[in-house]
Amino acid sequence: MSAQGTAPLLDVRGLSKRYTVGSVFAPGGRRVVQAVDDVSLCLWPGETLGLVGESGCGKSTLARCLVRLLDVSAGTLHFEGRDITHLGARAMRPLRPRLQMVFQDPYASLNPRRRVADLIAEPLRVHTSMGAAQRLARVEELGALVGLRPEQLQRWPHEFSGGQRQRIGIARALALNPRLIVADEPVSALDVSVQAQVINLFADLRERLGLTYLFIAHDLSVVRQVSTRTAVMYLGSIVETGPTDALYAAPAHPYTAALIAAVPRPQVPPVGAPRAAPVLQGDPPSPLDPPAGCRFHPRCPAATALCRITRPPLQDNGGGRAVACHHPLPPPA
Amino acid sequence: MPETPEVTPLLQVRKLRVSFDGPAGPLHAVDGVSFDVGAGEVLGVVGESGSGKSVTLLSVLGLLGHTHARVEGSVRFRGRELIGLPPRELQRLRGREIAMVFQDPMTALTPVHRVGAQIVEQLQAHGRWSRSAARARAIELLAAVGLPSPAAQFERYPHELSGGMRQRAVIAMALSCNPALLIADEPTTALDVTVQAQILELIHRLRSDFGSAVVLISHDMGVVAGLADRVLVMYAGRVVEQGSARELFDAAWHPYTWGLLGSIPPLAGPRPLRLPSIGGTPPALDALPPGCAFAPRCAAADARCQAPLPLLPPGAHATACVLTPAERGAARLRCLNGSAAP
Amino acid sequence: MLLTLLRRLAQMLFVMFGISVITFAIFFATPGSDPSARIAGRNAAPETLAAVRQDFGLDRPLPVQYVLLMQRLFVTQDLTSFVNRGAKVLPEIAAATPVTLSLVGGAALLWVAGALVMGVAAAAWRGSWVDRGLMALGLIGISMPVFWLGALVNLVTQSRWHDTWLFSWVPPLGYTPLFENPLLWFQGLVLPCTTLAVLYVGLYARVLRGALIEAGTQDYIRTARAKGISERRVLLHHALRSSLLGVVTMFGLDFGALVGGGALLTEVVFALPGVGKLTYDALQTLDLPLIMATVMYASFFVVAANAVVDAAYAFIDPRVRDA
Repeated sequence: MSAQGTAPLLDVRGLSKRYTVGSVFAPGGRRVVQAVDDVSLCLWPGETLGLVGESGCGKSTLARCLVRLLDVSAGTLHFEGRDITHLGARAMRPLRPRLQMVFQDPYASLNPRRRVADLIAEPLRVHTSMGAAQRLARVEELGALVGLRPEQLQRWPHEFSGGQRQRIGIARALALNPRLIVADEPVSALDVSVQAQVINLFADLRERLGLTYLFIAHDLSVVRQVSTRTAVMYLGSIVETGPTDALYAAPAHPYTAALIAAVPRPQVPPVGAPRAAPVLQGDPPSPLDPPAGCRFHPRCPAATALCRITRPPLQDNGGGRAVACHHPLPPPA
Repeated sequence: MPETPEVTPLLQVRKLRVSFDGPAGPLHAVDGVSFDVGAGEVLGVVGESGSGKSVTLLSVLGLLGHTHARVEGSVRFRGRELIGLPPRELQRLRGREIAMVFQDPMTALTPVHRVGAQIVEQLQAHGRWSRSAARARAIELLAAVGLPSPAAQFERYPHELSGGMRQRAVIAMALSCNPALLIADEPTTALDVTVQAQILELIHRLRSDFGSAVVLISHDMGVVAGLADRVLVMYAGRVVEQGSARELFDAAWHPYTWGLLGSIPPLAGPRPLRLPSIGGTPPALDALPPGCAFAPRCAAADARCQAPLPLLPPGAHATACVLTPAERGAARLRCLNGSAAP
Repeated sequence: MLLTLLRRLAQMLFVMFGISVITFAIFFATPGSDPSARIAGRNAAPETLAAVRQDFGLDRPLPVQYVLLMQRLFVTQDLTSFVNRGAKVLPEIAAATPVTLSLVGGAALLWVAGALVMGVAAAAWRGSWVDRGLMALGLIGISMPVFWLGALVNLVTQSRWHDTWLFSWVPPLGYTPLFENPLLWFQGLVLPCTTLAVLYVGLYARVLRGALIEAGTQDYIRTARAKGISERRVLLHHALRSSLLGVVTMFGLDFGALVGGGALLTEVVFALPGVGKLTYDALQTLDLPLIMATVMYASFFVVAANAVVDAAYAFIDPRVRDA
């Protein structure tokens, strides 16, 4: 569904990623883990799609499939109108400058044996024919964009804090003027005050450079702040998508509602207010053994017999929203 | 009118200082912290990395694990001084009267022993329990923390349990000897949000079911808001603000607390175009500025902030900030609308 | 768990097969050389050479040669050594095996017990003079070549101080089978076992100490301390159990290699007719059938030791059992 008639930057149809675990001789035998199960979504230029879910839902695997760091088991993937589903490493190379990734762990994603300036310059060295002086100028420009001074660029990664390292990772991702940045939990490892700085940086960069983001996080408050649209994942599939404000104000899928309700609010409840019991009991299920029918039905407070048998497809719910539920929650009166 | 007698707090910490040897002199990870914990009370300790919140509570139990740490000051538990206590005595106290739960449930339990055996070990370390009695008690505890099929979980190894289940087992183990005080160091940080909600619910019940006081350390203000009676905010090894949860969350007095609360993206209501954020980074312990450690990052700082600040005595709503009540309103707006230079 | 063991057994057999093929290829299929000359020994008569060629089927295709060799080794067990004038190879190895097993087994007991004590003590009193002293002792042990130490021991116990009460019980160099005279068997092995163990004690103590110290930094050790159990129990019951994996791996490899003939220096110095000495002699005279048999035997023991180590993992670390 096109919002403005323009073509989507990233068009994902029916994407699946399967892993085979174990062997015929091992206890339990050979099993298939459906890490990503029939995911379809579109990303339009200039928007930020937030992808939220708990551990084991497949969001990191999906991110890696979208950037083609992993091979796709089924489905199609179009970037800028071009089918990149099965492109080999060589064919992907010219596309990489336009499709970049920022990773979660600022301590692991920077090579400790290289100076920061070298780390940021590396994409330039690989993909362009810039001379050393030109590269340095570009590196300083990128450093300024993310708030790093030129003299800081000559230091080693271990001399920087987590938030600063994340800035370095972002500068590196921006080096080749990408169109799309996939950010996999970029602020999860950061303290809350530093998190706010990096979130603001993402917003600034989007305005100045016209970037499009796929922003993956497990923190619902962060996703609400940065995204224009949000998608919720559960056990490998998308259960709800929609414009962020509408989705958070009136979630249609029971899982989305439970997630939002579970986030502890930084306000002291009024005296005498009854404590709300946690909506969801138990743990998120393992993708090794998914339930039949709707994947969420064992934990859903509103499950019916239909939910146990038939898996609901992701269906249009009006207002640019889609939900995979037989009994979506009605909007509040 | 008869006067109510003063009840001695369960835990009294006075001017606690923990120093490590640095290349250029001692580093004070904790610098003059004082607080009280009353029986059955929940104290929340909030701070970011490097604030010293974990080191403070680890040093209460002598669990720093660092042979080069120097601990000074006074920590009184039920009137008894813990600093300088012989290791044997401290060992008797641990697990029996003061228990501790740590952040990462995946690494908290010894992987080569069964879960039940580890709980039984704690019971038998502190009392005369026969194997069958200890087993029964352990299963009872596992059920009390909400684990399904507790008898089966007793026989399992830690790696066979999920993160949420492991954290429940760890909490069950910590409570096995009915400690008067439970210290929980970021108990839900490593858990999914729905599992976190369940564990927080469990900790809330601890007060009514077990009568324990709880010290809850967290960087997540939401977690603290939902559980704590009183809150301490720590920065660079010092307490910068303390008070009841309501006082802190409804009307905080310290610019750092304003910054922390403001940095949290709202889950409902209008979205700010830019999140108020605290500019700059926390200071390194060996490069602390004179006076207020937060001043370089504070939009409301002035010359008064260079002078050394007094340490906060425990008690009512107090803050280590020179701003007068009259100045606070304007200062808060300045802090939230423009971050100081990094 | 049974399935895991069966799987390991199958893997072991597969590896053994692979080793036998490689061994065969080295001796029989190296281009440009004549196996018959090597088997028959130096200065063999032409008739011997012809007999060898016929016995081993050297004019037939390679796979047939392989099968014939395996047949002689395992089925009919009548591989003979031409150099040694028809002495059957397999009984020689069978006679030498108990000697090596006694030597290595005894040494292993000593070095494991010693390393446990030294490693645990060093870790418990980390940084103190106990720790430094023990590690220095271990280092000295590692640095002394076993043949030098053995010769020195012999010098002292057999000649210089033999008549003193200290060493008068030491029998002359050589081996007495267990069932012949248990006391003499034991006495004859004390010094060789100790000498062999000296090298390994230091190594294992260091590894164990390192593993214990690393385990001590783990979160679960902090939890164990927070439970209020005694420091000794924390070290022995929690830290030690979790540190064993590295030591067990090393032990499997070392034990397997030693039993397979790696103890040859010790055997030679103390005149123990074990497999190592046998291999040494065979190498000196280029007795090919004997060399082949000892290589197969050695590889079998190494593979078997590794399989046992794998099974031990599952016993020590429950996380491995489901894998």
